[in-house]
Amino acid sequence: MSAPAVPPPDGELASPRRLVDVVLRARTFGIIAVLAVLVLVAGLIQSRFVGGGEIRFILSQTSLYALVAVGEAMVILTRNVDLSVGSVVGLSAYVSANMFGTHHGISIVLVFLVGLGVGLACGIVTGAITAVGRVPSLVVTLAMLYIIRGIDTIIVGSGVVLASTEPNSFLNIPQDTLVGIPDLALAVAVVVAIAAYYLNTFRSGRDLYAIGSDPDAARRAGIPIAKRVFTAFVISGALSGVAGVVWAAQYATIESTAANGLELQIIAAVVVGGVAIFGGSGSVVGAALGALLLQTINSALNVIGISSIWTEAISGLLLITAITLDRGIQLRLAAALRKRRVRLGA
Amino acid sequence: MAPEDPPLTPPPAEPAESSQPVFPESVAGEPPGAPPPEAGRAGSFSVLSARMGRFASWEAALVVALVLVFALGVDSSSYFTSSYNLFTLCTNIGDLALMALPMTLIIMVGEIDLSVASTLALSGETLGYLWSHHWPMGAIFIVVIALGMVLGAINGFLVTKVGLPSLAVTIGTLTLYRGLANVVLGPLTVSNFPSFYTNVGVQNVPGIPFLSYSVAFFIVLAIVTGVVLHRTPFGRSLYAIGLNKEAALHAGIRVQRVKMMLFVLSGVVCALVGMLYTFELSSAGESIGIGFELKVITIVLLGGVSIFGGRGTVLGVALAAFVYAGLHSVLLLSNSFNDNDFQVVSGALLILSVLIPNLPSFAQRGRELMRRRAARASSFAADDPGASSQPPTQGIVT
Repeated sequence: MSAPAVPPPDGELASPRRLVDVVLRARTFGIIAVLAVLVLVAGLIQSRFVGGGEIRFILSQTSLYALVAVGEAMVILTRNVDLSVGSVVGLSAYVSANMFGTHHGISIVLVFLVGLGVGLACGIVTGAITAVGRVPSLVVTLAMLYIIRGIDTIIVGSGVVLASTEPNSFLNIPQDTLVGIPDLALAVAVVVAIAAYYLNTFRSGRDLYAIGSDPDAARRAGIPIAKRVFTAFVISGALSGVAGVVWAAQYATIESTAANGLELQIIAAVVVGGVAIFGGSGSVVGAALGALLLQTINSALNVIGISSIWTEAISGLLLITAITLDRGIQLRLAAALRKRRVRLGA
Repeated sequence: MAPEDPPLTPPPAEPAESSQPVFPESVAGEPPGAPPPEAGRAGSFSVLSARMGRFASWEAALVVALVLVFALGVDSSSYFTSSYNLFTLCTNIGDLALMALPMTLIIMVGEIDLSVASTLALSGETLGYLWSHHWPMGAIFIVVIALGMVLGAINGFLVTKVGLPSLAVTIGTLTLYRGLANVVLGPLTVSNFPSFYTNVGVQNVPGIPFLSYSVAFFIVLAIVTGVVLHRTPFGRSLYAIGLNKEAALHAGIRVQRVKMMLFVLSGVVCALVGMLYTFELSSAGESIGIGFELKVITIVLLGGVSIFGGRGTVLGVALAAFVYAGLHSVLLLSNSFNDNDFQVVSGALLILSVLIPNLPSFAQRGRELMRRRAARASSFAADDPGASSQPPTQGIVT
């Protein structure tokens, strides 16, 4: 070991990457801090808010949003966007919940598979048109939003799935808990963990970041962009499909307007969670936390006694605040890195 | 497969021809006029000119589509051309078409405004709120227009001064403005507007039995927008910004200021449409215009405006609005279709509108792939001394 040859990996000089990592991690902790403050304040005003029931309710509500947000985050990371998630959730919710009425005694696992299948099919179509057709995803998924919702409405007709046709074991899923934590939240936490692990360690996962930060460079580096983008859309579709079944379990009564407009809330959650809207940076953990934050705010406002008509305005304001702060951090970071580069050069 | 295909170095001779057969119906009308003056330029310009030719024919395709839709309408129901039906068609599309105009300009410079429907709602609710508090209509007009300016300026400020992406900003303001709109009136509905105003929704423009006021406003505003966009330096600068922001900046165009103006303009137009729409419904209440932003964007993109900016015409957007409205009317009149089918059809149209312009590049990619495959085959063949004459034949066969 001839030590003098290699410069010591001094924290400051080692890599600008480290600074970026620190800042990004701070971004995630920022959300957690806001969450903590929120829970604390709401809890002080209304102690019911920090009770187990309320927290379980929030976690259970968040599960659905977080599930969709993970898929959406993966799509947004590649500098694309999936506006069709709300329609996929709606379609999957109806088709899967309807299975109980048409096939008596069908197993719940099978119903989840049906939802997954619906989501996969939608994701494959959207992904294929976007990736193979090389057309902007904003337009394609906007069109798919209409098409899937239209198909949903045609299938549903004037019908509606009523809670009475669904077995109690299905409707109880959102309330089921394991050691006090909702099953749904645990399941979604596992999904988030898998997605985070995949994005951080797998080559194809890292590719999503590369594509999002510079599609041109990614192409020149030999990354199969079409394939990766296609995969991201398929995953987003699949997760939305599963979320549709969760939706059915949560709301029991499913009409053709189920999950209408969900896509914007999901994108808001993802962006609040620190995923850059033009891709290349962010994490699925952040996206899930963003969903949790938005849900917590909704509940907190309710519990504190602020009329629920304010929730929409406040979540819009929060989204704008989040991206404005991100922009500030980003500029600071860029300046810091530049200064560091100058110092290294000198 | 993607890594090596070269987007900027196509063989000079081909593109001009290759893009033509894709539009059989429009080619019939175009070739004598458009292509020759541009086809003269060589090299990479031919790609550009081929593209321009293609977009010039987009309007022709829309005219064909419009004729087809109306032919279909006349064929399917004698009721289609009744002035009542045409009037309904006009009232259904007028407001969307009006909002499509500023949206066209904003998409032209490579931005987007998703908050249009929420601006409309907030303006309508404000109108209702102030009217229910006995404000004079003149003062309300001024307040609502000012409100539209402020709402647009907030978008513009966040996009141009703070430097945020308009997609994220306007998703935020979509939610924010809609949320505020919910708060203004709460669950109340205001509907005691004087009939002088609410008549805009039920009466036609005097003398023209099927023309609704909204469409009359649209035609006037579309002409103004068209002249400004296509005939003034300001309008041309929007194309420059959309095609290459850096170049536009270096050419002395005040990119940020222009974008700011467009967002403010969008806010004002949407506020005016908000009042118009409220009068048409003759009531201001919860959740008006939900989802309009998507319909407006659909019309703009159907009109041939590129989502990446820099391409499109006002004529195309106007034609697209009537194709959209005509199709809606036709489907509603035929017994076998309804509103939901229209959703599917308009979505499919939207996908086609972005896929079709890409078809020439598919053909080119296909040929490129073949050529590369042939080249690879020939390089293998080169190892084999006997097969040196093979490559050319393969190239021709494929």
